[in-house]
Amino acid sequence: SHLDLSGKCLQVFCKLRRKNRNSHEHYLNKQLLDNLLSFLSRSHSEFQEKTTEWTCKMKFREIPTAALVLGVNVTDHDLTFRGLSDVLQDSITPYIALLEAKDCPGIKNLMQKLMGQLMNCDIDVDTLEDEDCVQVSQNRIRCSMSSLISWYESVTKKTDSETPSKKRSSSSRHWKSPPVVVIFKDMESFTTKVLQDFIVISSQHILELPLVLIFGIATSPMIIHRLLPHSVSSLLCIELFQSISCKEHLSTIIDKLLLTSRFPFKLGEKVLQVLINIFLYHDFSVQNFIKGFQLCIVEHFYSQPLSVLCCQLVDVKKRVISLSHEQCENIRRLPSFRRYVEKQEAGKQIALLTNDTFLKEDTESLLKDLHVYHENYVSILRCLHVFTSSLPKYPLGKQIRELHCACLENRVWETEEYESSLQLARMLNKTDLVTMLQQCVEILTSSSGKQFDKTVEKLKEFLTQFQNLEAEASQERDVSVLSQKELQKKTDLYHLQKTLLELKESRRSKKLTKFEVLRFEVVDYMDSLVRKYLVPADDRTLHEIVYFNAANVLRGHLNAAPRTALHTALNNPHWYLKNQALKCDGGSISNKAPDICIVYKLHLECGRLINLVDWLEAFSTVVTAAEEPNAVAASSDQMDDIIQYPFSFLSTVSELELLGFIKPSKQKTDHVARLTWGGC
Amino acid sequence: RDNNYNIKLQRSSFMCMLQRQQFSLPSIFIYGHTSSGKTYVMQTLLTTLQLPHVFVNCVEYFTSRLLLEEILIQLQSYSSDTEQASPVHCDTFNDFVRLFKQAVASRELQDQTLYIVLDRAEQLREMEANILPAFLRLQELTDRNVTVVLLSEIVWELFRPNVGCFEPFTMYFPDYSIGHLQKILSQNHPPEYSADFYSAYINILLGVFYMVCRDLKELRHLAALNFSKYCEPVVRGEANERDTRKLWKNIEPHLKKAMQTVYLREISSSQWERLQHDGGEPGQLKGLSAHSHVELPYYSKFLLIAAYLASYNPVRTDKRFFLKHHGKIRKTNFMKKHEKTSNHLLGPKPFPLDRLLAILYSIVDNRVAPTANIFSQITSLVTLQLLSMVGQNDQLDGPRYKCTVSLDFIRAILFSLMWDFRGT
Repeated sequence: SHLDLSGKCLQVFCKLRRKNRNSHEHYLNKQLLDNLLSFLSRSHSEFQEKTTEWTCKMKFREIPTAALVLGVNVTDHDLTFRGLSDVLQDSITPYIALLEAKDCPGIKNLMQKLMGQLMNCDIDVDTLEDEDCVQVSQNRIRCSMSSLISWYESVTKKTDSETPSKKRSSSSRHWKSPPVVVIFKDMESFTTKVLQDFIVISSQHILELPLVLIFGIATSPMIIHRLLPHSVSSLLCIELFQSISCKEHLSTIIDKLLLTSRFPFKLGEKVLQVLINIFLYHDFSVQNFIKGFQLCIVEHFYSQPLSVLCCQLVDVKKRVISLSHEQCENIRRLPSFRRYVEKQEAGKQIALLTNDTFLKEDTESLLKDLHVYHENYVSILRCLHVFTSSLPKYPLGKQIRELHCACLENRVWETEEYESSLQLARMLNKTDLVTMLQQCVEILTSSSGKQFDKTVEKLKEFLTQFQNLEAEASQERDVSVLSQKELQKKTDLYHLQKTLLELKESRRSKKLTKFEVLRFEVVDYMDSLVRKYLVPADDRTLHEIVYFNAANVLRGHLNAAPRTALHTALNNPHWYLKNQALKCDGGSISNKAPDICIVYKLHLECGRLINLVDWLEAFSTVVTAAEEPNAVAASSDQMDDIIQYPFSFLSTVSELELLGFIKPSKQKTDHVARLTWGGC
Repeated sequence: RDNNYNIKLQRSSFMCMLQRQQFSLPSIFIYGHTSSGKTYVMQTLLTTLQLPHVFVNCVEYFTSRLLLEEILIQLQSYSSDTEQASPVHCDTFNDFVRLFKQAVASRELQDQTLYIVLDRAEQLREMEANILPAFLRLQELTDRNVTVVLLSEIVWELFRPNVGCFEPFTMYFPDYSIGHLQKILSQNHPPEYSADFYSAYINILLGVFYMVCRDLKELRHLAALNFSKYCEPVVRGEANERDTRKLWKNIEPHLKKAMQTVYLREISSSQWERLQHDGGEPGQLKGLSAHSHVELPYYSKFLLIAAYLASYNPVRTDKRFFLKHHGKIRKTNFMKKHEKTSNHLLGPKPFPLDRLLAILYSIVDNRVAPTANIFSQITSLVTLQLLSMVGQNDQLDGPRYKCTVSLDFIRAILFSLMWDFRGT
């Protein structure tokens, strides 16, 4: 069963990964890639077409450069660049080099790296005919631009002279002389000198070697001006490309992964909050978010024995039937199930707790219910989001993920924010309301749940009522105009005052207009939908099977606190060693603890500078303190102790230095300086 | 293409120097500002007079080995024998001298002066110490009829090694005056238009750009970019070629815009051309500097603010700014005299990691755990060049940082946090 379990886990895992990758390629940087491709194909073809024109002859031949602003989430860039180079390889050029700053401390290394990558890619293109390439690589290639140019000439000539063969098809996608694309992955980290030299060199050979540069920029395009002086940047023809912001990226990922009923596995509110917090507070990395999500999957399938049942709906029956007695007992132990049992009548309670087959039948239907609940939940959540995202000040959050978290956390209709957003929704104007209703109808009709037929009908009814209102509105207007005219007739001040008061009175007591009544109805109907479908998952029976809720475990894995851990280890060794003898209360120092713990604890009491002699004395006091009861032995070994302690003391002190807590000080002899402050 | 004025100026001296038969000067040093025609003059002279020469750019051949080998390869290609040149290996200058003698001896050029031109010669200073002095007395070392010509943008005084060396014959190429520029630029007018018409255009162009740019290449590039706009009224038939005032009115604001955008590479020349073609306003396209906003994670913003405060505030003031009960501080003694000058003028000061974290904890509302994520954020701020590490110290030894962002940047971050800096 364990094997089966891990197999299932893997299956879900793979499916998710595939999905991630697809979503990456298809949705995210499509626009960016398209723009970039058109830029690249444009850049050199212009010159090839009209070299005879006067302007082209006169114009300085600049190196086409794409400044690609990708945002500060550096960990995600790899994926983007990989996607980019794949796309380029497919449609523009086989000659692509990816350079990283850490590989290129000098221009020499840069050229080596560049040539290595370009000449390898040549081998990749025609693997059959690698005889020449091997020869080339056997010779020690001079890493200079001229050898690169001769390589380029030979390569392009070869593809030209080639007789039409099966290889032709692969190379014909590119043009006669495809550009050589050099990608600088992390522009910020390159040194100015290397970049300047490379640009100056390549601009001299731009006619022989059609080069295109791509600068991967994490911060802002201003960095180009900071790195390159005008004399160098004037050799470039820089165009700016901006990828979508990582927050949007996250929204799409959440939309595709979490707000769908396609995957049986779900994240609990706290876990989702941990992942989102790491994203927003720390790294902006979608990649890390997905990794965290994958970790959740692994952790859930590993730690929850009942996760066997976390599967697609079609498999549920089979799995439930094959449950062992032990697993049934596990189900009975689930808190949500116990709550469920308590609500049942006495006879059923007994059956559920004693009869395995009865339990299995019930479990199956419960799991189906859970599935249906989730399907409905997503659709109604989206409808509610349509409303809340257009309210002023967004009391329930602008993003759907905030709304999702709020709904998962507790009954959303009991919160203040929900109350205030209902208030605001009751003040929406007609056009907004109508478009929102239309959107909701769209969402509900496209959802897979079949329960919404009635709801859609009801919403459509509202829409027709709104349309009818328009016709009636014109009549109403006539009435109001009449009263206005009456007002104008009377010029007497007293009468005027009187009529105005009357008008005001009548307006206050006036019944709500038909539109207002309808608006109340719509909002109340939405409210009823929310109360019916957006029940928090914790209230559902058997939610433990599908929802992963161990936020603490996840936090421990993803948001490690090395300093705190080290402090705990040294301050409270019992925490990790689990030795009863080490258990100590409060600030007292036990002499049973390892030497380093004693030395560490003593150093916490010191100031910025620590006197080594005092420290040693304190140390030996602590160590000998407990031995005093059997003083006879102590007195005889006293000579030994004095000799022994400095050794253990000094070795622990150097251990602390290695851990980064202290360092030798030059200010005072026999003193060390503390490097940490506070508790940790 | 250019009828170069520097040739005219210095024709006589050049002609004396470039001897065909006799031994000539061992080394010549030519310097002058960017695009004063040094390379161009040398190249045209050597090719038109058909003198044997080797032309090498020192930036391109960035190590001494590459440079020497390149010279030898070019020499080989001179030799008349058709046999395929064997790959040259030349690691030291000693080898070079030996191989050079061989290469020259194998050819019938022996009686002619060979010219080795080293363009961007300032790079030689960064190679091994013996390269530059050896090149200067190559004639003596090889005992062959060879002249080394160094081209550079900086003066000879900056080259001279402190141990002294052979002094080359130095020659200065003066900058082009506005008149020269005008004449050179007007020479290649487009075939469809008359020379006068183009020359008038160049006049206007120089009127706008001469103040900021005297680079011939750049000016020619700008002239080509904007010429179509200048012709517009003529093409549309609104003005004829002599209608200078109308043409000036049309082009002048356009050129001024070009100076702020395309000249600074804020927008690219191809974008500029497309804009001209579509007749759009340059305001539509945002330049590179317009995208200065950087989106950062929440704690990175605070880290950066804390780093900024640590960099520009003296340590003594921390207690006062970030502690709630800091006690009384006497105003008179509080600021020392040298601290009264604005700290922004003095630039950022380094601060230790601990101080950064201490300030961070006091400016963030809720408790921040010192997690690995926080520390890695500091490192990633360093890789993004928003902070910089001072001194390559061991990480354990209390690293020190500097904040490298400007006040405007911090203001933008503060604005995004909706936390008024001055209010608190």
